[in-house]
Amino acid sequence: MPMKKVMKGNEAAAWAAKLAKPKVIAAFPITPSTLVPEKISEFVANGELDAEFIKVESEHSAISACVGASAAGVRTFTATASQGLALMHEILFIAAGMRLPIVMAIGNRALSAPINIWNDWQDTISERDTGWIQFYAENNQEALDLILIAFKVAEDERVLLPAMTGFDAFILTHTVEPVEIPDQELVDEFLGEYKPKHAYLDPKRPITQGTLGFPAHYMEARYKVWEAMENAREVIKEAFEEFEKKFGRKYQMVEEYKTDDAEIIMITMGSLAGTLKEFVDKKREEGVKIGAAKITVYRPFPIEEIRALAKKAKVLAILEKDVSFGSGGAVFADVARSLINEKEKPIILDFIIGLGGRDVTFEQLEEALGIAEKAIKEGVEEDVYWIGLRKEIL
Amino acid sequence: MAESPFKADIERAQKELTEKMTPGAIAYIPGSSVINKTGSWRVFKPEFNKDKCVRCFLCYTYCPEPAIYLDEENYPVFDYDYCKGCGICANECPTKAITMVREVK
Repeated sequence: MPMKKVMKGNEAAAWAAKLAKPKVIAAFPITPSTLVPEKISEFVANGELDAEFIKVESEHSAISACVGASAAGVRTFTATASQGLALMHEILFIAAGMRLPIVMAIGNRALSAPINIWNDWQDTISERDTGWIQFYAENNQEALDLILIAFKVAEDERVLLPAMTGFDAFILTHTVEPVEIPDQELVDEFLGEYKPKHAYLDPKRPITQGTLGFPAHYMEARYKVWEAMENAREVIKEAFEEFEKKFGRKYQMVEEYKTDDAEIIMITMGSLAGTLKEFVDKKREEGVKIGAAKITVYRPFPIEEIRALAKKAKVLAILEKDVSFGSGGAVFADVARSLINEKEKPIILDFIIGLGGRDVTFEQLEEALGIAEKAIKEGVEEDVYWIGLRKEIL
Repeated sequence: MAESPFKADIERAQKELTEKMTPGAIAYIPGSSVINKTGSWRVFKPEFNKDKCVRCFLCYTYCPEPAIYLDEENYPVFDYDYCKGCGICANECPTKAITMVREVK
């Protein structure tokens, strides 16, 4: 029987790792994800998880150790956040290029300066082009489930790419929620034992990994990463289906909420989707035709799903906790890019919101809704709207 | 032109090594350095004037690749598949039989 426990998001991530039975975990503590390796080291010390826990002196070393372990041919896991993820940056490309199915849990946190330990998505969004698959969890249950799904997708022979699952700092990492821990037997059935086919150490079969790629080969190698990411769309959908059959919880690339007759659809990711659904419920009672959509998989970007969504509404309002300076929001850019060649497209609005852990309130969502309603009648006034900005101190 | 003394090795490698891109660009069989031509980033190319050559072998001795081998009459032969255009041969040649010229593709 699956066990239900009240736990923090970090613990849920650690439990996911325990259930997946990685052989090597290398991690360095960083707020807010410290508890993930802490809990895993406890599991290892207690003999509950048969794995090698490598203590390292930085995140750069953590991911490097993971690359080494994964290249040797075992299931590998790590966790980090914010500056830690930024420090891993160069190795993230290597992990993807070497096609190593490492899985990483990220407590999504803002980047310095100023130093800020609270939630936004700038850390993972900044790594969107590294070749890692990216999932974003709405609650602690999703954090656990999406890590298991990340293993399943990453290790699929059609994919073989590393994957990261983000869950919002403090909003999820340090908040207790009831989480259903699936049966170990079912997880074993779902994931199976990791049997590497392309990358593993064997003295009888010497290979060279991480080779030099001349101009004559590099582009093809990178194209293979692109192709693997494209294959991942189908593999993720299959994994979602199988997960639903086994564990009863349904996941979609883009989860829609009350969008069928919506004029305005607000799109977001992570825990903000929870707030947004409440807001939609409230506005629906007042008779406003509004819907919500949550992007669960950000890389590969769900282009088809966004196109289907765009056919339903007059306005797509993107609410995002990240900013690409000098351009706008990253999610907005992806949504706009998905629709660029569509004959009829809705108005797309870009709202930067809740950076550095600022609470996203109904008042702020009202403000965004007001702008969206105005845009239908009078057009779009600004390329990017900063919502909840304290203009008086600027 | 005389044949490369490595011809047999190259042919073997070409036969054994698949040209297909592997996941993660892994090299499964040793010897790929033989068929991966390393002369692609050359900017200057050595040009050889046989009339000036005194067969001193200095170019052959100093070539760091080695992309120069000797034919039956001990004249140097330049292997442009592997020559990176460093110009050491031209610099060492006492009779200026080798000159570096800009290569345009």
